[in-house]
Parts: sequence; C-alpha cells; structure tokens
Amino acid sequence: MLAYIIRRVLYMVPTLFGMSLIAFMIIQLPPGDYLTSLLSTMADGGQNLDEATIARLRSQYGLDQPVYVQYLVWITGILTRGDFGYSFEWNQPVSTLIWERMGSTLLISLASLFLVWAISLPIGIYSAVRRHSFGDHAFTFLGFIGLAVPNFILALTLMYVGYRFFGQSVGGIFSPQYADAPWSMAKFLDMLSHMWIPLIVIAMSGTAAMIRVLRANLSDELSRPYVVTARAKGLPEYKVILKYPVRIALNPFVSSIGWVLPDLVSGVTITAIVLNLPTAGPLLLRALVGQDMYLAGSFILLMGVLTLVGMLISDILLAVLDPRIRFN
Amino acid sequence: MLADSRPLPSIDAGPAISPLKPGGSITSEAAAGQWTLIRHRFFRNKVAAFAGCVILLLYLVGAFAEFLAPGLPNASRPQYTFAPPQRISFFAPTAGGGHEFLPHVKGYRIEIEPQALRRTFVIDENKVIPIGFFVDGPAYRLWGMIPMKTHLLGPLDSREPMYLLGSDRLGRDLLSRLIYGTRISMSIGLVGVAISLTLGVVFGAISGFYGGWVDTVIQRIIEIVSAMPTIPLWLGLAAAIPLTWSPLSVYFVVTLIVSLLGWTGLAREVRGRFFALRGEDFVTAARLDGSRERRIIFRHILPSLTSHILAVVTLAVPTMIVAETSLSFLGVGLKPPVVSWGVLLQDAQNVRSVATAPWLLIWPSLAVVTAVLSFNFFGDGLRDAADPYES
Repeated sequence: MLAYIIRRVLYMVPTLFGMSLIAFMIIQLPPGDYLTSLLSTMADGGQNLDEATIARLRSQYGLDQPVYVQYLVWITGILTRGDFGYSFEWNQPVSTLIWERMGSTLLISLASLFLVWAISLPIGIYSAVRRHSFGDHAFTFLGFIGLAVPNFILALTLMYVGYRFFGQSVGGIFSPQYADAPWSMAKFLDMLSHMWIPLIVIAMSGTAAMIRVLRANLSDELSRPYVVTARAKGLPEYKVILKYPVRIALNPFVSSIGWVLPDLVSGVTITAIVLNLPTAGPLLLRALVGQDMYLAGSFILLMGVLTLVGMLISDILLAVLDPRIRFN
Repeated sequence: MLADSRPLPSIDAGPAISPLKPGGSITSEAAAGQWTLIRHRFFRNKVAAFAGCVILLLYLVGAFAEFLAPGLPNASRPQYTFAPPQRISFFAPTAGGGHEFLPHVKGYRIEIEPQALRRTFVIDENKVIPIGFFVDGPAYRLWGMIPMKTHLLGPLDSREPMYLLGSDRLGRDLLSRLIYGTRISMSIGLVGVAISLTLGVVFGAISGFYGGWVDTVIQRIIEIVSAMPTIPLWLGLAAAIPLTWSPLSVYFVVTLIVSLLGWTGLAREVRGRFFALRGEDFVTAARLDGSRERRIIFRHILPSLTSHILAVVTLAVPTMIVAETSLSFLGVGLKPPVVSWGVLLQDAQNVRSVATAPWLLIWPSLAVVTAVLSFNFFGDGLRDAADPYES
C-alpha cells in the first residue's frame, strides 16, 4: 500500500511541473511586466523615474533575466520560502492574500462535494432500481437540465428568485448586520440561509453527472447472477441491493473526486464571482482584469494543485476500497 | 457484383448475424451501408431528431440574422430604456366600436413610481402600432455584402417602437440582439470544435497508434490540462487579450482558447478507439500490403472512427458555447459592440438590473439552455447510432 502511495505521489511530480509551467505562462502572457505597469501608474501620478533607477529595479526584480531563469526564481521562491511573488495592486505579498481565500474555496468545494454525494446516492439507487419509472424519468429530465444550465445562469436565477420571492439579501455569505458580529447561532443560521444558493448552484451539474454514472453502474450490477442468488436465498430486498451491488457501484463515487473536483473548483470560481462570495474567484477575476499577474498565476496554480491533491486522495481511497487497483 | 461470390454465413456463427426485423426488407437492412444504418438508427430516436431540427433552426437564424431581426443590434433609443416586452395582438378596435383584423403591438407610456420616483415604461393599451411581415426597416447588408432593408417582421412605420422581448438599458431591441448573438455564439461552438477536432484527432491518433513513450507524453499533457479547473484557466488566458485588438481577432482568440481546453476529451476517445482498432485484421492486412503508417492512420483507421468522432464532437459543442458565454459574461471574452449571448447576459449581472428587467436574464439564458440541451440530445442520439453493428 505504501509503495502504491509513493508511486502515486511521484507520478504527480511531472503533472505539478506542467501545471506550474501553465501558471507561469499565464503570468508572462500579458504584454509588458510589473515594471511597465508600475511606471505607467507612476507616470499617471506625475512621477517619472530616470533610466538608471528603472534598470536597477528591473534587475532587482529579475526582469532582465531570460524567461527560464525567471521561472526558476519564481518556482524556487514558492517551494523554499512559500513566496508567491508580490501583488502590485494590493501592495502586499501574494502569500498573505491567498490563503484565506483558498481556504474558503476549499471549504465550499468540499461542502458541495458532500452535497453531490448526499443527493446523488439515494437518487442514483432509486433510479437504477426503479428504471423507467416516473420518478426515474423525472430525475433524468432534471439531470439534463442540471447539466445544460451554466452555473452562473442558475446562480443569477436563484438569486433573483431569492430576492423577489423570499425578500432575501443575496450575495456574500452574511447579511450586513451579521458581517462583523461575533459568532452566534443567529449568525450561523444567517450564513446557512446565504449558503444554499451557492451550494445548490455548484453541486447541480456534478450531481446530475453522478446520478447518471451511478444509475448506469448499478443497473449493470443488478443484472448479475449473484444478485439473483441473493434474492433466491431469501435476503430482504434492501440487503440484496445495499449490501453488494451498491458497494461495487460506489467505486465511481470515490474516484469521482478526481473528475468532479476540477468542475467544482471551476464552478465555485464563477458562482463566487456572481454571488460575490469571499473565495478565490472574485479576487482572481479582479487580479486578471487588473493584470496583477503574480496573484492571478498563484491562484491558478493553487487551484490546480488543489484538484491534484483531490485526485491523489481519491486514488488512495479507491486503492483502499478495491485491492485490484493496489496490486496492478 | 461481389455479392454472389461471397460465402453464405454459416448458421453456427450465431450472434454475428442479426436477424431481419419483421417488415424490414433485405435491401434496407442487410445490404445497407454503414451510414444508411446509422441514419435509420438515428431517426428512430425522436428526441434526438427533434434536437437536430432545433440546432438546424438555430444555425439558420444565425445565418440570416440581419433579415430575421426587426432592427439593428446596436441601434439605441434612449427614450425607451428598459421597455417591457410587448404582446402581439391580431384584432384592433375600430372607430365604429367593432374589431378589425390588424396585427399590432401596443405602445408605451411613461409612469412614475410613487416611491422611488423612477420613470418606468408601461404598456399603453390605447396606442396601436400596426406590424407586418416583410416590412421596410433600417438598412443593412446581408452577410456584409448585399444591401437590403426588408425585415421579416417589424412595425409598418419603422419609427414606432417594437420590443417583442423588451429593451435594455440603452433602449436596444433585445430580440434583434438575441438574433445577432445567435450567429456569434453558435459559430464559436462550430469553429471551436473544428480546432479541437484537429488537435484531438492528431494527438489522439498519434498517441493511440504509436503507443510507448509518445503515448505517455501525450497522455501526461492531457492529464495536466484536464486536471486544471477550466474556468480559472480560461479566465487566465482570456485576460491576456490586449484591449486594443479588433473584435474579429478577439473572436478568434477566444475561440482558440475555448477549443484549446476542449480537445483533451476528443483525444482520449480517439486514442481509445485506435488502441482497439490497431490489432484488427484489416490494419494488419494493410501493413502487410506495405502501406506507410500515415496511410494506415488516415485511410484505414480514421474512416472507421468517423461516426464516433462525429458524436463526440457534437457533445463538445455545448461546452464551447457555455465557455464563451461564461467568459463574455465575466467581461474577459467578447466585448461590446460584438453581440453574443454572453455579452447580452452581462447586462443581467446583478440582482438589481435583473429585478428591473427580468427579460434581460430570461431570454438569453433560454437561448443558451436551448442550444446546450439540443446539442446534448443530438449528440447522445448520434453516439447511440454511431455503431450500427453493435447489438
């Protein structure tokens, strides 16, 4: 098992390297660098720097070096000192800005992942056991809608519904009166009343996809001879279904972290922008629009790493559950 | 001509021969080619066939946008901001107290909200604006070339307001903008998928055909790209588009970005099929005949994949449409004066504007969802029909 985990972690290294390349490319992509934007800001403010100062700043930030050296400097900073560069818009090191936001991104992603599981497990089992029943068709239809409606449209619609019909203050995670209040039951309830929209929005497409997968897998399992045997031996129906076929059909649930998580993180990003949640999304968009590239690049890198770690966890869990994977 | 010389299939072959369905004739089933069988199978699925019609309709709308739209997409009329949608009525009261057949919409009058003191437009039941088919309206050039001024539908007097789906904050006609947006949004899906297809087929084919370290490297790349959360990555790439670029170059770069991340699924699919087909007898035969590898790939293996590729491609189009819409909605994709569904949704960005003018959210969203659903159903139908030799 340990050997498997080590192999799997080593396997991640090239992927991580590739991701860091992509993130660095995004940082480098916009024309000009930090210094040009700094200079234009200073010029707007009526300040002008002489050539020598500019050259000194340029070498101080390593901007006169070839691209691969800049990459090396950037990546060693991250790996050795946790230094993600400097946010020029906020005048702060990137690392002080991102962790809180990444934390809430992770929290919301995980919460919606559990929501995906909690909703799709019973519905998936129901749909597979009662195939082609009215309920199955209704869920399939809902699932299609869930897959077809883009996150942000769903968010806007629910926001409008919440505003129009429930008179709710929408957006953010707290109502204004609780924003700075200490934690209390009322504040917690207020948070829950704000969280239902983002959670539903983010979980929607993942749930729809998951129900389809579970339904297909479980339907295959249910037609196996061992199910017939179990039934013939007089096992109660709930045991026939839950004890064996569901357990086998659950594998995709665990492995789903791998492919649902990028979707969720992506969904959190755009939903958070629409609903103005304090996650990485709005800050990322702002950084990108303002070409605050170190901040933006760090977010993109960390979001990639987040999904990779999720995949690692899902692979390990899968190996724990299913010995065939461990020994292959 | 070869039909007679072929040996009869032995009865023991069992499942290899599928029995003729009652009522099916020899020529329609047994001797039909692959594509005929695919077509038969596809049209048995009514939902998919209907979705196909919807897609065709959407592309026709996009193709003849200038003619179908009652007005021009960027013609603003500040005197009619946030005008609510009008209904078409067919009978209008005459002076004598009777009714006559006169297709018309109702005009607007201004009302001032007592609390907010805000001016809003409400439908004025007394103002009748006659409308008709093939009316003369604002001049345009069909496909940028043919000068015309006939519109499919419009007010008889082109100075009168007609906002069947309402107007936006500059008093622009939402229906016209939606129709023009169809052209951009639907074509981005098509162009994007074409680029994805090229990338996906080339990389997937190379990966699946050669295997070994080439395969490993390409699979690694695909893994990295598909592990990145798409929206942050799209945002990152799209934000680098300089603001000074012309709308046309922005359009192509956005399409390119959207397709760059869509090819991975296609490449996987193609690779999987290649692995399956590589060991088939006809490939071995072609190799023994001395065909070069390029010939084996493009002449022998790819044609037998075409139907699958077509299905996967169709299923990839909605992703592209949603991607463009999301990017433009967030303000880093297409930008005004270009009109796409995403650009239209920009106007519905916060709850306040949606509350003022819900139609700005409803109609563009409906267009996106219709397009995505149709492509999904159509693609599902194609995928089920793609292999007619499967039972």
